[in-house]
Amino acid sequence: MKDFIIPIKDMGTPARVGAPVTLTVDGFSVTVPAGTSVMRAAAEAGISVPKLCASDMLEPIGSCRLCLVEIEGMRGTPASCTTPVTPGMVVHTQTAQLKDLRRGVMELYISDHPLDCLTCAANGDCELQDMAGAVGLRDVRYAPGANHFEQRGPEGKNPAWLPKDESNPYFTYDPAKCIVCMRCVRACEEVQGTFALTIDGRSFDSRVSTGTDSFLNSDCVSCGACVQACPTATLIENSVIEIGTPERSIITTCAYCGVGCNFEAQMRGDELVRMVPWKEGKANHGHSCVKGRFAWGYAQHQDRILEAMVRDAITDPWRVVTYDEAISFAADRLRALQAQHGVDSIGVITSSRCTNEETFLVQKLARAVFGNNNTDTCARVCHSPTGYGLKQTFGTSAGTQDFDSVDHTDVAVVIGANPTDAHPVFASRLRKRLREGAKLIVIDPRRIDLLETPHIGQAWHLGLRPGTNVAVLTALAHVIVTEGLYDEAFIRARCDWDEFTDYMAFAADPAHSPEATEALTTVPAETLRTAARVFAGGGNGAIYYGLGVTEHSQGSTTVMAIANLAMMTGNIGRPGVGVNPLRGQNNVQGSCDMGSFPHELPGYRHVSDDTARGIFEAAWGVALSQEPGLRINNMLDAAVGGQFRGLYIQGEDILQSDPDTRHVAAGLAAMDCVIVQDLFLNETAAYAHVFLPGSTFLEKDGTFTNAERRINPVRRVMAPKNGYADWELTQLLANAMGANWTYTHPSEVMAEIAATTPGFANVTYQMLDERGSVQWPCNDAAPDGSPIMHVDGFVRGKGRFMRTDYIATDERTGPRFPLLLTTGRILTQYNVGAQTRRTENSAWHPEDLLEIHPHDAEVRGINDGDWVRLASRAGDTSLRANVTERVAPGVVYTTFHHPTTQANVVTTDNSDWATNCPEYKVTAVQVAPSNGPSDWQNDYAARVLAARRILPAAE
Amino acid sequence: MSADKLIRMANQIAAFFATQPGEDAAQSVASHINDNWAPPMRGALLDQIAQGAAGLQPLVIAAAPAIRKPKPPLPQA
Ligand code: SF4
Ligand code: SF4
Ligand code: SF4
Ligand code: FES
Repeated sequence: MKDFIIPIKDMGTPARVGAPVTLTVDGFSVTVPAGTSVMRAAAEAGISVPKLCASDMLEPIGSCRLCLVEIEGMRGTPASCTTPVTPGMVVHTQTAQLKDLRRGVMELYISDHPLDCLTCAANGDCELQDMAGAVGLRDVRYAPGANHFEQRGPEGKNPAWLPKDESNPYFTYDPAKCIVCMRCVRACEEVQGTFALTIDGRSFDSRVSTGTDSFLNSDCVSCGACVQACPTATLIENSVIEIGTPERSIITTCAYCGVGCNFEAQMRGDELVRMVPWKEGKANHGHSCVKGRFAWGYAQHQDRILEAMVRDAITDPWRVVTYDEAISFAADRLRALQAQHGVDSIGVITSSRCTNEETFLVQKLARAVFGNNNTDTCARVCHSPTGYGLKQTFGTSAGTQDFDSVDHTDVAVVIGANPTDAHPVFASRLRKRLREGAKLIVIDPRRIDLLETPHIGQAWHLGLRPGTNVAVLTALAHVIVTEGLYDEAFIRARCDWDEFTDYMAFAADPAHSPEATEALTTVPAETLRTAARVFAGGGNGAIYYGLGVTEHSQGSTTVMAIANLAMMTGNIGRPGVGVNPLRGQNNVQGSCDMGSFPHELPGYRHVSDDTARGIFEAAWGVALSQEPGLRINNMLDAAVGGQFRGLYIQGEDILQSDPDTRHVAAGLAAMDCVIVQDLFLNETAAYAHVFLPGSTFLEKDGTFTNAERRINPVRRVMAPKNGYADWELTQLLANAMGANWTYTHPSEVMAEIAATTPGFANVTYQMLDERGSVQWPCNDAAPDGSPIMHVDGFVRGKGRFMRTDYIATDERTGPRFPLLLTTGRILTQYNVGAQTRRTENSAWHPEDLLEIHPHDAEVRGINDGDWVRLASRAGDTSLRANVTERVAPGVVYTTFHHPTTQANVVTTDNSDWATNCPEYKVTAVQVAPSNGPSDWQNDYAARVLAARRILPAAE
Repeated sequence: MSADKLIRMANQIAAFFATQPGEDAAQSVASHINDNWAPPMRGALLDQIAQGAAGLQPLVIAAAPAIRKPKPPLPQA
């Protein structure tokens, strides 16, 4: 690591697990696990052996020969990074011989290195510099000769000199400075798992190569692991080139996805220089993806709105006003609506992007100040079926494992998820396990990239027809019960045996066999049987799933089917197994935990539960409604019907992210007071009357809870550009409506959460500062938090099996709409893209494309790159086609990152039976050639422009 | 709230509980609706049932007596 400026001790080689071994290093006795390198043992004793090619993130290769040591009784001078310790070993790290040898090595390195340290971007942050100092290099005796760094030599152009590669928008590769230590190559292989880099050529001709002309055109996914690993300025962040080296760092948490990577925000003054994934981060262990590491420029983007605005009607231009005026405008309107149309005529949408504390306050605003339970969150449109399905079967709505659990998994089942794009750091960890021999079963309509993992072992792809998850999972259960592959001891001990026998009889019905369902699901029966046998009999089986499970009319049933499979195979309650929902947004878990849903108080307690309500009534000093409130889609329906009139939306763009855009637009347009609090004038803001500027995760304190229930601290690294953190604006609004909130810091909100919510009882900011993070439940019963759940018994007591009958969705193909559309996401963009589109990430994904199988394309006369019209019964839009065999015939696929695409104009209002989670993953569509954007897209673009007009500020 | 949508939602709930074992499918449908539907939605559904229940599954109709009637909302907080 470039750790000179902000030292993070690099132990040289990775930690090992093993029996203790005691040895002596320079006279100090030290005890380390067997398998540890001499270099790491020395580091444990506080002695840093000089090194260049070793790092504790990578396996050692012993190539630089700088880390030589002498070991008594051993001949020669072995490399300490590749020599394992033995009991009683006596090591010397600093002798006359070693000093000479090391100087010789450094002299060779420096003879082929430009001596422009003063103007080098890595000046002061370069391991080559450090090592030259450490070994006491004082002169270089070699006469100038063949080298890589001089552009011109005595005979004209130097053929060994190569220009910089600046194709990647975030980092630069300068071959002139490369010492061929292979740290970048190994980081790309071992840490990231992409294998984009190799060393081409031998000895003097050795070069780091991407196999193509540039980083941007290679397999590189811009995770930055190689940049972090490079000891020199060869691979370096452009922000460091532009700004200079950072001088301090603050630990915080990525605000993009549910992996919840911890980062060091490395600062110079109040300027953010770079984000470096934190090695102590429990979810990411020093790794990250392109979004978290690089895509934070949106925080400074010129599009950010930094002043409050109001307008009487959505056809008016915006008026910039003071916060006071905007808040009282909003409060007066909301109170007037309640007076005229009833207490229940207004509500809130909490954000899965904001902190737990902010979300808690927004739902408190609805329950305690509005006096109703009209609160919902965008988790509705992604993981609400997880909440319902897991609560029914296990008793609590949460993933069962931590991410470290994957290191013990033997069979990974990935259903309806695309981790390499949506949860990249988890994907890297899973890929590592797959390279170590774990088996992989993918259940997805599309051939996801995980199946292309380099050096993967056995893998099966169950390429099902969209919408048939339940049939496939029930067929897996059929094979397990009829072939006697279930874990009877586990089921008898941990589950209700009678419910299991009922489920067994149900699943054993020949109608559920893989052969009987093959025609429906298109999954070959033999493949499905093999997958069932592998999962049930292959050791630790872990199920990871995403929105391809939940966003269906049978989303909740699918989650139950997953829970059934885990229980019947005994894959619950220990490392390496479990049911793992991969949550989309950074704080989806937290927003659900914090009581964002209209029927549940914080901690998943129903609003009709008198005890739970009593706790909050006592804490808040008001009576609370015991009736469930409206869900997002019900709010919009009621708005169209005229009963629902006002909405406070924090950090969500429901117009772009929710299905059936026209219906959402109609609902919003029917309301009298829409308050949007966001960083940008998002799509929803076109229908808003009040705009309150939001703040970024860099500008406030709080916590996010990731997909493994880990409460991660978010820390303010710079002052909010807009003047207020989001929670402060919520408090202003609440107080303008008559509340008397007096929070001065989010830690006080956390104290209230802990006091009212059993799973958070022992969580404090002080604890998070001390431990880095903690997984809930964290209370007197589990003072250290809970990495793995249901260890000794299910939260609900006995695990519950539920029948999972396949019920076809109403959304069916027919002559007018013969294809099935399914939607997904891509690595470099994030959700509706409001942040990532405002960064250089657009270099990778400038527009959404429609993937279509060559056969379907051919019969329609569509070529790769053509504009096509995508139509469903809800609406139509146009985008460009990408003809590919990744999708099966009859299936088309697109992402929804760009507002101009308006993919949700096409999705319908179908939803999950239990939770109304929209059925994004199945829409019957037709595709036809077209000339360009549809009328709706053109109209829409014009309308949005009009709706974004801002009057010049009054004098 | 559009009646069509409520009917579709109620039928979807009934379709799930119809597949579950035990005699109390109607009670399960009613509990699910009581737990998750806001009072105006329950009221609108009960109105539909009172008006002849066109398009509703028998199980929804069987659940009707156990669906909680909306009470007037709390006074202004
Ligand atoms: S940025 Fe990541 S993917 Fe790209 S070359 Fe470096 S390590 Fe490999
Ligand atoms: S680019 Fe950096 S990490 Fe890679 S071989 Fe060269 S010096 Fe080593
Ligand atoms: S987007 Fe997800 S995987 Fe990428 S850095 Fe952020 S939390 Fe980690
Ligand atoms: S650090 Fe051991 S050989 Fe390079």
